Amino acid sequence: MELFLQQVISGLASGAIYASLAVALVLIYRSTDILNFAQGEMAMFSTYIVWQLLQNGAPYWLAVGITLVASFLAGIAIERVIIRPVEGKPELIVVIVTIGLFILINALAGYIWSFQVRGVPSPWVARNIALGGVRVSVSTLGILAAVALVVGLLFVLFAKTRLGLVLRAAAENPEASRLVGIRVGWMLALGWGLAAAVGALSGILVAPILFLDPNMMLSVLIFAFAAATLGGFESPGGAVLGGLIVGVTENLAATYVDAIGADLKIIVPMLLIVAVLLVRPQGLFGHARIERA
Amino acid sequence: MTRLNLADPVTQRRVKAVGVVVLLAVAVWLPTYYVPYRVFQFTTVLVYAIAVLGLGLLTGYNGQISLGHGAFYAVGAYTTAILMEAGLPYVLAIPPAAALTFVLGFGLGIPALRLHGPYLALVTLGVAAVTPPLLKRFSGLTGGSMGLSVTKPAAPEWSGLANDQWLYYLVLVFAVGMFVLARNLVHSRAGRAMIAIRDDELAARTMGIPLARVKTRAFAWSAMYAGVAGGLSTWVIGFLSPDSFAVAVSIQFLAALVVGGLGTIFGPLFGAAFLVFIPNVSQDINDAAPGIAFGALLILAMYVAPGGVAGLLRKGWIRLITATAPRPESRPPADPPSPPPAGTVAPADPSADDGLTVDAEQ
Amino acid sequence: MTVRTPPMLAVRDLRASYGQIEVLHGIDFEVATGQVVTILGSNGAGKTTTLRALTGRVSTRGSAFLDGDELTGRTTEAIARRGVALVPQGRGTFVNFTVAENLRLGGYLNKDGDAVRADIQQMYEHFPVLGERQDQRAGSLSGGEQQMLAIARALMLRPRMLLLDEPSLGLAPMITRSLFRMVAAVNADQNTTIVLVEQNAHLALEMAHAAYVLEAGRIVMSGTPDDVRDDEAMASAYLGYGV
Repeated sequence: MELFLQQVISGLASGAIYASLAVALVLIYRSTDILNFAQGEMAMFSTYIVWQLLQNGAPYWLAVGITLVASFLAGIAIERVIIRPVEGKPELIVVIVTIGLFILINALAGYIWSFQVRGVPSPWVARNIALGGVRVSVSTLGILAAVALVVGLLFVLFAKTRLGLVLRAAAENPEASRLVGIRVGWMLALGWGLAAAVGALSGILVAPILFLDPNMMLSVLIFAFAAATLGGFESPGGAVLGGLIVGVTENLAATYVDAIGADLKIIVPMLLIVAVLLVRPQGLFGHARIERA
Repeated sequence: MTRLNLADPVTQRRVKAVGVVVLLAVAVWLPTYYVPYRVFQFTTVLVYAIAVLGLGLLTGYNGQISLGHGAFYAVGAYTTAILMEAGLPYVLAIPPAAALTFVLGFGLGIPALRLHGPYLALVTLGVAAVTPPLLKRFSGLTGGSMGLSVTKPAAPEWSGLANDQWLYYLVLVFAVGMFVLARNLVHSRAGRAMIAIRDDELAARTMGIPLARVKTRAFAWSAMYAGVAGGLSTWVIGFLSPDSFAVAVSIQFLAALVVGGLGTIFGPLFGAAFLVFIPNVSQDINDAAPGIAFGALLILAMYVAPGGVAGLLRKGWIRLITATAPRPESRPPADPPSPPPAGTVAPADPSADDGLTVDAEQ
Repeated sequence: MTVRTPPMLAVRDLRASYGQIEVLHGIDFEVATGQVVTILGSNGAGKTTTLRALTGRVSTRGSAFLDGDELTGRTTEAIARRGVALVPQGRGTFVNFTVAENLRLGGYLNKDGDAVRADIQQMYEHFPVLGERQDQRAGSLSGGEQQMLAIARALMLRPRMLLLDEPSLGLAPMITRSLFRMVAAVNADQNTTIVLVEQNAHLALEMAHAAYVLEAGRIVMSGTPDDVRDDEAMASAYLGYGV
């Protein structure tokens, strides 16, 4: 039983990491109807920036803070400069642009920092805490707390502030938003900025675990996609829940099902998604899209 | 000497036929002139072209996006390799690979019926992602991480050709065959059904097109192409390892398809050339340079030429027609009679859609 | 139609196209400050396109000036920032947001939070039904209520000029009447200039100070409502009586 709980909790931690990238994906999908395949690479690049700042002697939390702000600005810039020219074009064109961005950012990181795998110091104390009979690492708690904090802030932003209302409006009905004077283009860019910052968090949290190299985020991206699909791509809350479910399921499967093991863990979310989509194509929390001819 | 009247459909067909003949002649001549390494590159272009063409059938002509064709490519490659290792003559090692990938493609096509757009992209991406681990897992069959080596097909005495040239011609024969097959498919009733589904599923259904059958078959054919290409790649490279079939392969196929020209028959050829030569050119600069060049070019291509190279050529062709058309009396046809909606509908020529919505006018 | 003071809205040779197809073939008209002008015409005449042209949602040539300030060539949001509010066909409400949120969004350009809240209260006074349903999802309102909300949302902008695109569409005559009465009241109280595009010529002519008739992208008649009613051809075509 203890092993089970242990695996559930560590599954929650990895789930939280998937969740933060999934939230980024959903933010962008909701505001611009685009599936950003480059989200993971953007997070990876941000993580490298943290590493670089650490190398230059900055304290951990300062490095993270600067990087989050930089990621926010970079997200805005990417939307305005790279995505804007193809906004409104057929889906496949936009997908290719995000794939191109994926390849470009990946290669850029390799160019600047080489493809060598590096270790990243963990900000968490290497200790375990006993919680109700289960040993939980500080790192796990830290990850859960960090993601909860960020998601909580986002929730407050969207539900309680004027800016959040405007962002939601611009995403849902850009035409009507223009009629009331909202600069929709900039609101979309803001969405990308927020997504970049939230996504960066996932990279930063996962780096001490996965080791830093330009290809570290691919599997996280796939899990994050799975989480967002599970949640229905429409609500950040759904993405969080989806992430947690994916994390726990993946971990339990790897632990208890021998055939799977560490390298094939990725099968679990895939099967999960296929199952969910076959039964409920709109995901657990999405609204059924009514096809209008 | 009478001027060439390109407005006349018969003339157009003749010009195109001449073009194809010239292309074939060049293709046949290439290995006689270039060094083995170049010939190897050209052969690789042909192999990729087949795979990308297969993806094009599914994504360009049927609208189902797949980020997982590397998996079929891998299955084809390994099947061929395993059969060759088991003693089967290399030519006979391809058809089983084709058959297997056809069936697998059909199998994937069934759940794909319920998935659209980004969801399908994601699931196929997942399939691509599990391929290397699965290959490593079944190491008894696949040789695991150590990989598999096969003896590359050698040129028979009577041909008088060097090995690399022989391989090239073999692959060329396959390529020509597959391209002809694809062209016929696209122009057939089944092909028109595929295109109709791509353009408007609801309308296609109302017209009585059996969605499920057409879509799953498209998946099957397209997977088969990738499988054949994979098998051919085994001949050409002679060594496989799971890591050479990573997710990147699937992504590159899609990128090559779009850059070459979505929804066209010749686009994949340009895309494959792009795949082989761009990284090659920039490799000397830096390890990461190919990626930077490739990524940047992909993005720029979407801004400037969303219809790909084939789309650009088509526009040039149309300009040529209207420029050489005889004056006032006879009007040049608005559209040359080229392969059906290949370039005229959304994916290949998105510039036609300027984003304005027209609702019921008052 | 002569106007002594410079008109608030001056439209000169306005052309609009959807892609390659030109739909408005150079129209001219004027609207004086505080006037209610109605644009009539049958389906496909170009009435909605005219409003689209004025709000930057279709490609245009020619010009439209609002108090000397050029509208043509500007983005929709820039035009909204110049005090032009549009109630589009289909109402343009944020269906998944509450009535109150819709009104808050309508007041987006007003930086004074208290003023916005006061405006919203005013809307509830003018449109009590909205007040009753303020926390209800806009999409769940009836057609007439949604139209009311759309107009209230537009009024939150405190517009100099209000454009209405077929507000009567899909509504019962009684509801349409009361809506028109409210709009007329707004015009009377705040001197808001109003351009009303309508197929329902009767009601529109009752409200308007001036009328233009659009046919196949051209203005074929302009005058007072009486002019239109007296004109036999117009009357039979658009008002259903006459020969």
